[in-house]
Amino acid sequence: MSAEQSGTQPILLEQDVVRARQLARTLAQGCGMSLINLTKLVTAVSELARNAVVYGGGGHMDWQVVEKDHRKGLRLTFRDEGPGIPDIKLAMTDGWTSGGGLGLGLTGAKRLVDEFELDTAPGAGTRVTILRWA
Amino acid sequence: MERIPILQIGEFLLVTIQVDMHDQLAMTLQDDLSERISATSAKGVLIDISALDMVDSFIGRMIGTISGVSRIMDTQTVLVGMQPAVAITLVELGLTLPGVRTALNAERGMRLLNNSAAPQ
Repeated sequence: MSAEQSGTQPILLEQDVVRARQLARTLAQGCGMSLINLTKLVTAVSELARNAVVYGGGGHMDWQVVEKDHRKGLRLTFRDEGPGIPDIKLAMTDGWTSGGGLGLGLTGAKRLVDEFELDTAPGAGTRVTILRWA
Repeated sequence: MERIPILQIGEFLLVTIQVDMHDQLAMTLQDDLSERISATSAKGVLIDISALDMVDSFIGRMIGTISGVSRIMDTQTVLVGMQPAVAITLVELGLTLPGVRTALNAERGMRLLNNSAAPQ
C-alpha cells in the first residue's frame, strides 16, 4: 500500500489556515523533512494560506509529494479566485501591505522555501506555488 | 468562546500558549492581556511559547503589540522558550521582534521580571 501522493485542501475560513498548516506538517514529516526545513515550510504555508483567505476570499491548497534523485519534497499550490495582485513588484517588497499586515507574507514565504512561483493578474485570482526539499 | 488562559502569580501574569492558534484566538489573547494588565496592575507578563512549533508574521505581530502595549501601561513583557527552529525561521521570514524582551526559558524570564520589578 502506498500513501497518497497528491490532494487538495480547501482554505475558506480562518480556521482552515490552521488545518493547512497541520496537513503540511504531516506531509513534510512523511517526506522525512528535517525539523528546521519543516518549520520553514509550515510557516510559509501559514502566510500563503492566510493570504488566500484574507485577500483572495478563500481558495485551495493543492499538495503533491515529489521525488528527485532519491530526495523527497513537497510542492504546494495556493490558488484563489480573488481580485489578484495588480503590482507584483510592489507586492514582493518587504514591508509593503495592502491590508493590515506587516507586509512579510509573500516575501517572507519566498525566503523560506526552495522554489517560489507567483502567477496573478488583476481580476484573475492568485496562484502561488512553493516547493521545499526534505 | 475559545480562550488562552492568563494566570496571575503575585505581581505577574503568566501565559502559556499550548495550542496551534488561529488568528482570532491570537487577537483575543492580545485584548484579554491588555485588560488583565489594567485590572491587576501587574508588574510583568511572561509569555511562554515553548509549545509553539511555528510563529508566523501574524503571531509575531501579536507578540510585538502585546509587548508595546504593556510597556505603555508600565508593565514588562518577557517572551520565553522559543524553539531554535522557530527562531531561525522568524529571522529568515524577516521578523526580528524589535523591542521584545526574550529569555531562554521560564526560569530566566521570571528572574528578569523580578529584577526589573524590584524597587530601586
